[in-house]
Amino acid sequence: MTGAFGQFCRRYARNRAAVVGLLILLLILAMAGLANVLFPEDPWDMVAQPLLWPGQDTEYPLGSDLLGRDLMSGLFHGARVSLLFGFSATLAALLVGVAVGALSGYYRGWVDDVLMRVTELFQTVPPFILAIVLVAILTPSAKTIVLAIAVVSWPGVARLVRAEFMALRGREFVQAGVVLGMSDARIMLTQILPNAMGPIIVSASLMVATAILLEASLAFLGLGDPNLMSWGTIIGAGRDALRTAWYIAALPGAAILLTVISFNLIGEGLNDALNPRLRNR
Amino acid sequence: MAERRFPRLRYAGRRLLKSVPILLAIAVCNFVLLKLAPGDAADVLAGEAGSATPEYLAALKSQFGLDQPDWMQLLHYVWRLLRLDLGFSFRNNESVLSMILSRMPATLLLMVGALGLAFIAGAALGVLASRRVNTWVDNVISVVALLFYATPIFLIGLGLIVVFAVKLGVLPTGGLTSVGAGYTGLRAAGDVAVHLLMPLVTLALFFLALYARLMRASMLEVFNQDYVTTARAKGLPERLITMKHVVRNAMLPMVTMLGLQVGTLLGGSVLVETVFAWPGIGRLAFEAVMSRDLNLLLGILLVCSVIVIAANIMVDLAYAWLDPRIELA
Repeated sequence: MTGAFGQFCRRYARNRAAVVGLLILLLILAMAGLANVLFPEDPWDMVAQPLLWPGQDTEYPLGSDLLGRDLMSGLFHGARVSLLFGFSATLAALLVGVAVGALSGYYRGWVDDVLMRVTELFQTVPPFILAIVLVAILTPSAKTIVLAIAVVSWPGVARLVRAEFMALRGREFVQAGVVLGMSDARIMLTQILPNAMGPIIVSASLMVATAILLEASLAFLGLGDPNLMSWGTIIGAGRDALRTAWYIAALPGAAILLTVISFNLIGEGLNDALNPRLRNR
Repeated sequence: MAERRFPRLRYAGRRLLKSVPILLAIAVCNFVLLKLAPGDAADVLAGEAGSATPEYLAALKSQFGLDQPDWMQLLHYVWRLLRLDLGFSFRNNESVLSMILSRMPATLLLMVGALGLAFIAGAALGVLASRRVNTWVDNVISVVALLFYATPIFLIGLGLIVVFAVKLGVLPTGGLTSVGAGYTGLRAAGDVAVHLLMPLVTLALFFLALYARLMRASMLEVFNQDYVTTARAKGLPERLITMKHVVRNAMLPMVTMLGLQVGTLLGGSVLVETVFAWPGIGRLAFEAVMSRDLNLLLGILLVCSVIVIAANIMVDLAYAWLDPRIELA
């Protein structure tokens, strides 16, 4: 097991950019983990003089926003919120997407027809606008935002998993499972799914990035959870002071940029490590 | 030529017929969303309680038969949509369809412009990167593409505003035209173009990154084909091979992507139009969110889905025209 893992690590580490991506992600995870330790007070509290520029007051090194909230605290707590949204929405989308794709690819026939029609339907409706409508109608809260992001993200996974299942379905080890009298569910979960994990994990890392972007965009439009301060919330609030205090929008913006880049780089590294045969030239 | 165009028309007709069930399904989804909203459908249709008179609400309730079972209500709803009746926006005192249609030109201008810029510039960068694969040119293009891809679209917009409107003062911060200038003719067109510049670039950058990556990969794939080796073997100059043999074939996945991205583009235009106060459908969607005008929002969702379907049919037709090997079936 350590041998296989070591090989995986070596293949991953061969991609320098992916290592950088992993380091950035660890940094952001540390920010999220330390938010409550370093900034135990509520990030919404108005603690400083409003519109302090970064570096102007050593007590608030990154400055303060329109209402005198500490931006550094906001960035740390925002990391928590944005990552939580990214991971939970991706998990939800994976559950639906893998289930739909697996059933479609394994059973084919009418099951495939019906499920693919539904997938097509969700791919026709513009995803971000659907997310806006869902959150607006269900009223913005952490739960509805995760739901909306998952609803617009699962079709891609479903198509990917379906293709994998269709390709693996006829392989000998699957036929062996059938001969052994395994149930369909057992074949799908213990035989095919583990062999399809590579592409799923790679696309999941990109989905986390997209989910973080989606949440930030929703929060920017005022459709964030009113109790949670995400990076998008800070940008949305900073927009009103853009002329004089552009740093309020720029700081969380840079955080989002770094996070999205890190997940993209990690995705490429995972792709090199997990699907060595599909490696790009 | 006439014989060749005929099957294309028949194909377009068949595709239109095929999209009817999808449209119906979207209508049903819209109805379900309407039902999910807090309060009953009449409240939502009237732009929520408070802005509508009780008489109007009562009229709505009987009009939609809210005392009837759900499936009857659904039939009512679909029948209304079939007559292109998307309802009335009480907040704006105007029918939803006419509001959307009046905002359509601005969005189409923005979308077509952004997609055009992204497609042409992305293809050019992709070709350049593939010709200089694994050199510094290729690396710079990859890094820039990753940056454009990863930056939230609204942040690019805000950044451009800070630089070009606030600091340099060379471009207007937003809107479609200069307020009160009263330009006519060419000057009016120029005025719109100046206002269009920043929103267009903002919307285009993300897709430009996408197309550059795709074009690079697609070019590299085609360079490995046997007919390219043949062309080299008969001594054709490399430039000719790239332009005549490789680029044309590498374009096909780009066209596919064009169709796939229309929905994402519409979503992006919500953010861009909000940032730049561009008076299109996206800005209308933002206004609908702000005023909780859910029926208007659902109307926008429906119209945008229709745009996606129409764009996909056009892309399929373009595809067959670009690659005669593909038969329209």
